[in-house]
Amino acid sequence: MTDIAARGYAHPEVLVSTDWVAAHLDDPNVRLVESNEDTLLYSSGHLPGAVHVDWTTDLNDPLRRDYITREGFSALMSRIGATRETTVVFYGDKSNWWACYAFWVFQLFGHTNAKVMDGGRLKWEKEKRTLTRDVPTPTPTKYDAPERSDAAVRAFRDDVLKQVQAKGQLVDVRSPEEFAGTRMHMPDYPNEGALRGGHIPGAKSVPWSRAVNPEDGTFKTAAELTEIYAKANQLDSTKPTIAYCRIGERSSHSWFALRYLLGFTDVKNYDGSWTEWGNSVGLPIEK
Amino acid sequence: MALPAKLQDVVDLFATFDDQADRTNLLLSYADKYREVPPEVATRPFGSGHLVPHCESEAYVWALKQPDGTLKLHFAVENPSGISVKALAAILEGTLSGLPAAEIAEVNPELVESIFRHNISMGKGMGLMSLVQAVRSLARAAS
Repeated sequence: MTDIAARGYAHPEVLVSTDWVAAHLDDPNVRLVESNEDTLLYSSGHLPGAVHVDWTTDLNDPLRRDYITREGFSALMSRIGATRETTVVFYGDKSNWWACYAFWVFQLFGHTNAKVMDGGRLKWEKEKRTLTRDVPTPTPTKYDAPERSDAAVRAFRDDVLKQVQAKGQLVDVRSPEEFAGTRMHMPDYPNEGALRGGHIPGAKSVPWSRAVNPEDGTFKTAAELTEIYAKANQLDSTKPTIAYCRIGERSSHSWFALRYLLGFTDVKNYDGSWTEWGNSVGLPIEK
Repeated sequence: MALPAKLQDVVDLFATFDDQADRTNLLLSYADKYREVPPEVATRPFGSGHLVPHCESEAYVWALKQPDGTLKLHFAVENPSGISVKALAAILEGTLSGLPAAEIAEVNPELVESIFRHNISMGKGMGLMSLVQAVRSLARAAS
């Protein structure tokens, strides 16, 4: 894969290579954060100095279907030893699904000093770079987070309904079978309870995985992404866009690609996604 | 139906740990014991007939009938991040190899829930249950 700087991205600064990370393992201004779907992976070996942020227990409210509050985020950042000036670099399994999800949640609290390691765990492992089971114990910091601000990057059900009524841009990043309504969950995954199958009317089907190179999980070049999103699916980077999947994890990945790699100016992630839309009474559905 | 004694011992051992970190460490200790199928049994590319369906870690399983009528299990896990599958493979190999096929064919896949509990992620549960199902199927075919 070409150097990140040569791939034509709108905001290449949010993506760093495994080489960059390897060179910054001892940088006190960089905090590596591993976020995975598989809860065993971090404990089985992680990048030296990396801390673990679990998408359920660390980022989600323990009771309501929502994200942590300002107090919870402040406590999390204190635990991982980060200040407002710390550059947080996310990586993880599944071609960085959960890394992008964590990155997105961090944006709800305005921690813009954040990056994603291109290729995630898969590329690091394929390059046979060092993994360790030593768990770091960062010195707790005083992190005074602002109130969570959802407006810029998060879409709610009513926002999506307005987008449907306005015939605005929607991107369904689930598998083609989920989009078509022939299945209500990912292949090889359990059905997590959507009562109806199909997709949100007007949504374009662009499975998240089309944005990555499957052999190492790295993002495709801007030209390749433009071909997929703009040319093949007529998605306009200057128009408001909402991405969704099942619970907002795969669409975080697509949100990242649209927002930072292609420079979409107004793109939001609908984390309620199909588990909300497919269960809600009276909402329009297409098959 | 009750599990074979050695497998029940493992399930009971996991039940003694309430702390998730302890359970994680125990799972990792089993994953460390995982040994890939030896070359005298199978070499790459592994036959698709041995591939475990619905397992995203690309796991393979073999059940070889021994002269005494028991089975010897072997596994291969191609995904380097397939830690959970490796742990389960090591548990199944260590507790079921040497048993009669008919006994292995009756192992209840729900043991996965008992062993992994909080460590089951969304996609993993089905793959792990499928691994047990694949072992059962091979055992049924051999009995």
